[in-house]
Amino acid sequence: MRKTLMTSVLALGTALGTAQAQDFTEAKQGGSMIVTYKDDVSTLDPAIGYDWQNWSMIKSLFDGLMDYKPGTTELKKDLAEDYTISDDGKTFTFTLRKGVKFHNGREMTAEDVKYSLDRVTNPATQSPGAGFFGSIAGYDAVAAGEADSLSGVTVIDPYTVEIKLSRPDATFLHVMAINFSSIVPKEEAEKYGADFGKHPVGTGAFYLADWTLGQSLTFARNTDYWNEGLPKLDQITFEIGLEPIVALLRLQQGQADIPGDGIPPAKFLEVTQDEAFKDFVIEGGQLHTGYITMNVKMPPFDNVKVRQAVNMAINKDRAVRIINGRAVPANQPLPPSMPGYADDYEGYAYDPEAAKALLAEAGFPDGFETELYVYNTDPNPRIAQSFQQDLAAIGIKAEIRSLAQANVIAAGGEPDQAPMIWSGGMAWIADFPDPSNFYGPILGCDGAVQGGWNWSWYCNEELDAKAVEADAMTDPAMATEREAKWREIYLAIMEDAPWVPVFNEQRFTMRSAKLGGPNEIFVDPVHVPVNYDYVYSNDVQ
Amino acid sequence: MWGYLIRRIGESLLILLGISLVTFILLYLVPADPARQIAGRSATAETVANIRAQLGLDQPFHIQYFRYLGNLLQGDLGRSYLQRTEVSELIAARMPATLLLMGAAIVAELIMGLTIGAVAALKRNSAVDQSLMVFSFVTISAPQFVVGILLLYVFAVQLGWFPIGGYGTFAHLVLPALTIGLLGTGWYSRMMRSSMIDVLAQDYVRTARAKGLGKLRIILRHVAPNAILPIIAMIGIDIGLFMSGIVVVESVFGWPGIGQLAWQAIQRVDIPIIMGVTLVSAFFIVLGNLLADLIAPLVDPRIKLK
Repeated sequence: MRKTLMTSVLALGTALGTAQAQDFTEAKQGGSMIVTYKDDVSTLDPAIGYDWQNWSMIKSLFDGLMDYKPGTTELKKDLAEDYTISDDGKTFTFTLRKGVKFHNGREMTAEDVKYSLDRVTNPATQSPGAGFFGSIAGYDAVAAGEADSLSGVTVIDPYTVEIKLSRPDATFLHVMAINFSSIVPKEEAEKYGADFGKHPVGTGAFYLADWTLGQSLTFARNTDYWNEGLPKLDQITFEIGLEPIVALLRLQQGQADIPGDGIPPAKFLEVTQDEAFKDFVIEGGQLHTGYITMNVKMPPFDNVKVRQAVNMAINKDRAVRIINGRAVPANQPLPPSMPGYADDYEGYAYDPEAAKALLAEAGFPDGFETELYVYNTDPNPRIAQSFQQDLAAIGIKAEIRSLAQANVIAAGGEPDQAPMIWSGGMAWIADFPDPSNFYGPILGCDGAVQGGWNWSWYCNEELDAKAVEADAMTDPAMATEREAKWREIYLAIMEDAPWVPVFNEQRFTMRSAKLGGPNEIFVDPVHVPVNYDYVYSNDVQ
Repeated sequence: MWGYLIRRIGESLLILLGISLVTFILLYLVPADPARQIAGRSATAETVANIRAQLGLDQPFHIQYFRYLGNLLQGDLGRSYLQRTEVSELIAARMPATLLLMGAAIVAELIMGLTIGAVAALKRNSAVDQSLMVFSFVTISAPQFVVGILLLYVFAVQLGWFPIGGYGTFAHLVLPALTIGLLGTGWYSRMMRSSMIDVLAQDYVRTARAKGLGKLRIILRHVAPNAILPIIAMIGIDIGLFMSGIVVVESVFGWPGIGQLAWQAIQRVDIPIIMGVTLVSAFFIVLGNLLADLIAPLVDPRIKLK
């Protein structure tokens, strides 16, 4: 069973015609587990939640039209029993599963789908995910407050909903799979209003049984769940407020089952070498790239040769060593597990001599002085110091500005403040497994605005046009071609070198001996950090 | 007495107003835009502007501040930007844990501090006295996060006597209360020691001894009560010390109080929570000082309220 999972990892999302819900194990239901987190769970409202802690909790409480096969980035149908896409790629018609019930007992219908999409795009909801729905017809009117309802979403009958797009969008099925498009019942959302996030009601595998603010949450099994045989556990207790190191000690003493924040760097070597625990350590990739941005609007980084020289000067292997090898060196913006990744691209090799020569050619034989902004939590300042040394070796004197996260983000959003930023701790983790998700906000012109996330302020109109073309290729048969187009875009970006892609972080977590289930669901690339629905307890087998 | 009380309460309110203004200014100056944080990384400039207007963040500083004050007077601390919950609800949910921890810490520091101080005074200038005073010096100087982690490591991880962080039972309370209490222990033992030495030199103690009373009886009946009274008045001031300590200690032990709430809010620049916790803590500090001043004359008639 485990093999089928491994081999299906990383299939391209658009090739989904045959995707089916798949149960890995014949495991019996029952038992419970304790999962710990450091930070508070802010909200369980799927239109709002966007944190590490609440992301997969929301996925267990709610369902969307689409989802991913557990442990993979492969799309599958969820509340949608089936769907059709029109030839022009602009009309999606979803048929809903019948008999799916919300936790309050009412059946979910197409009206709920429409309501949920209207709600998440309504500016009054203040959803951080509203922007994902920009391709639905009528979005602009709703976003501007001129309409309450998306004109593109039509209820055909109680089990059929039609969504019209204003432009072809190859990522639309992914959009239907992110948390923000989860289906919520109107009566409950309206009853609780802004406090719906504290009283979530969905169709998911678990329901919220108890929440003691700041201390713990209890999820109980939805015995009426439409997807029979799931979830495996009867109960999950989330304990909040535990530092990762404390969480690990608890797990080692049998007082917890999963450290939700993963294995803390400081304990990494100890745990992976401990005979009693090393077999329970689980490693997984994630859709993440850590990078240094160079602000192309600020001299001397407006000179492409300077940016290329910096690309050659950074010793990525050393940066990986600083985090105990918990990453792989990167040479392009996309992480290796993302469709569109260029396997055969070699990138800029580490070569300080060549970098120095190129810098001289650019008119800076003696280097220059600059600033490197960095988020002030370990290990980021240490990594920045390593870059500082690398830069010094080619004559660039970089002063490190170590600041709180929000301040670094704010500095990056100003056109003339941060010449260089190390993205560690704030780096891009994809919202969904599609190459387009690494472009718009962080490398495209849309993001190169005040307050945006494109901290290198790189804006290439030609590539923007190409990106639009790629995303218009909605026909699944063109998936390979589309992927190739995105690959070209990212390689073209590397020519201009606004980033130094440094590494792709791996995730490391643990489970207690009591828990069972394929390793992949404990480091699920989409149900981050853990796909709770499939975890089972060895106690009841 | 009543005039004094009214004047002090008026002063306290002014202090709180001042604190609210200073905190508001500092948070206003933080170069991070809450609207952008709420809107998320995929938001358009239009969405951000819309959210900014909904929150009133597009208004000039004085309007924002007076709006906040107006709501505050109605008991409304606002809604957290990132948790999307009423700040008063978040604080109320966590206040019992913090108060419990403070109460336990006060008990711990009084028991330890007074005992150590008394023993040191009775064994003045001996090796016992000196080692106790070195101990108290260490507890005053040691950073609380170090003490906390040390206690956690020794008594919870190695010896397994207590749970490793968390909340719920008496056993959970011991280590965090000790961590906070140890700081006060240092202060109290030093105060108790000098206070005891003062009292031991008083004429009435000599008289009691001349009467032929037993040593224990003298200490319990005559020395200890007189030495302790002025110290009790210090508890109010302690609350201020505690408020600065709980942020660290609650984070180390995973104690679900307002210190942990503040720490998380600071990291994410969740301004309404930072404002709310600051004001609530300031309220307790001001209240503590007021109580300390009111209690002082009750325990020591030489102090007069004016």
